Amino acid sequence: MNPITGAGTEVPALTIEGVSHRFGRVEALADVGFTVPKGAFCALLGVNGAGKTTLFSLITRLYDSTSGRIAVAGFDARRQPGQALARLGVVFQSRALDGDLTLRQNLSYHASLHGIGGRAARLRIGEVLALVNLTDKADERANRLSGGQQRRAEIARALLHRPQLLLLDEATAGLDVRARAEVLMLIRSLIAEEGVSALLATHIFEELSPADHVVVLHRGHVLADTTAGALAGDMPLADAFLRLTGEAA
Amino acid sequence: MNGWAIAFAGIARREFLRFTRQRERFLAALVRPLVWLFIFAAGFRSVLGLSITPPYRTYVLYEVYVTPGLCGMILLFSGMQSSLSMVYDRETGAMRSLLVSPYPRWFLLGSKLLSSVMVAVVQVYAFLLIAWFWGVRPPVIGYLTVLPALIMAGVMLGSLGLLISSAIRQLENFAGVMNFVIFPMFFASSALYPLWRMRESSTLLYDICRFNPFTHSVELIRFALYGQIDLLSFAVTLVCIVLFFGGTVFMYDPAKGLWRGRRGGSA
Repeated sequence: MNPITGAGTEVPALTIEGVSHRFGRVEALADVGFTVPKGAFCALLGVNGAGKTTLFSLITRLYDSTSGRIAVAGFDARRQPGQALARLGVVFQSRALDGDLTLRQNLSYHASLHGIGGRAARLRIGEVLALVNLTDKADERANRLSGGQQRRAEIARALLHRPQLLLLDEATAGLDVRARAEVLMLIRSLIAEEGVSALLATHIFEELSPADHVVVLHRGHVLADTTAGALAGDMPLADAFLRLTGEAA
Repeated sequence: MNGWAIAFAGIARREFLRFTRQRERFLAALVRPLVWLFIFAAGFRSVLGLSITPPYRTYVLYEVYVTPGLCGMILLFSGMQSSLSMVYDRETGAMRSLLVSPYPRWFLLGSKLLSSVMVAVVQVYAFLLIAWFWGVRPPVIGYLTVLPALIMAGVMLGSLGLLISSAIRQLENFAGVMNFVIFPMFFASSALYPLWRMRESSTLLYDICRFNPFTHSVELIRFALYGQIDLLSFAVTLVCIVLFFGGTVFMYDPAKGLWRGRRGGSA
């Protein structure tokens, strides 16, 4: 077993190997590679512009990766996009709920996008709403929910089809301290209780505990693939990160 | 129901829910052609003489002539409205949740297209009902035979809207679509005046109108409303559907299309 990632012989939830991507002349990602084991939490650390959202867009097939390999639960994102996407739950940086519709209508729509309808959808919607503690908000319009509630609703949406990997792109950005803590607690409990894996792109270091698996992405390059504790050493994680990325004053 | 049918039904349901939530959209879609029918047509009735041209077997009032064109107008604006909502969804991020569905993109885009066409067809029938009270009364069978023509024309114009949406980066740029797509397509067509009238004033304009796909979708509707089929218009509309929708699928393909090399991506 890998002592850092906890990876065993099981198929990893996410495998990224030698992935590069360019926007014209700008190199957004250069030979990026790491794995997220099954049932594990991994934080993708990086400042704005590090390439986190680009990497997420490649994993979710919003862009095509022309070099390297991305596999979700063993399914190649390029050659088997349907199978890969079916095992992926995504919480995007920008909110994706339709504000004009109720939370239940939103979830029903997203369930249908994964081929879940009728009674199965109604039951699953009830389950995920209970999981994120929003059962009493089911019939409220999405634009009437608070920021924290909307984020939890987004997580509920991402969980509808029982994904094996949750991708959370800055899922706690813009939330107050309390809402942020709630969302993080929810993510960690999902990993522990539901057995899903999670890749959280963030630049909020306080969200991490020493044992967490972290991948530091900077200007499209992976600078570290270790635990938060090992990265920090005897200094605060933020300082260690700044020293590593060469941005310390 | 299998997964594909569930996904289509879900996309269609969302489109209708959004439509019923936005009543002003329904009213705007109806008021626009009604203003043309009640005011413009009344004013032009005495100015524009109409000869007997197929599918009409007798002289018709200008209101009768212009009605299929106004049905096309509803579909044209609806197609562009759906394009606008695609750009908006892309800006707000809602598009991403559609595109990360495990179903193929051609299916997702096609489902969205068909759903918005279904909404537009409901608006056309509401318009035809009001036009009936205004004295525009095609044969009863025409209300049935026009349905496939409306769907075809709607799919063609909606595909064009989707294709345009793939090339628009920001919502602000959408005003250009009004000026460079909707107005030229509508006015340089047979929607408001027969093409022989256009030929009398300018052969160049006549040729432009003849090559305008919107002219053919209007003629397809016009003939279908009288239980007939205009084969040329049918063929042109079909070819345009293949071209526009094919182009849309290409543009929204993550491995191809114009978005590939751009920061910001296709969603």
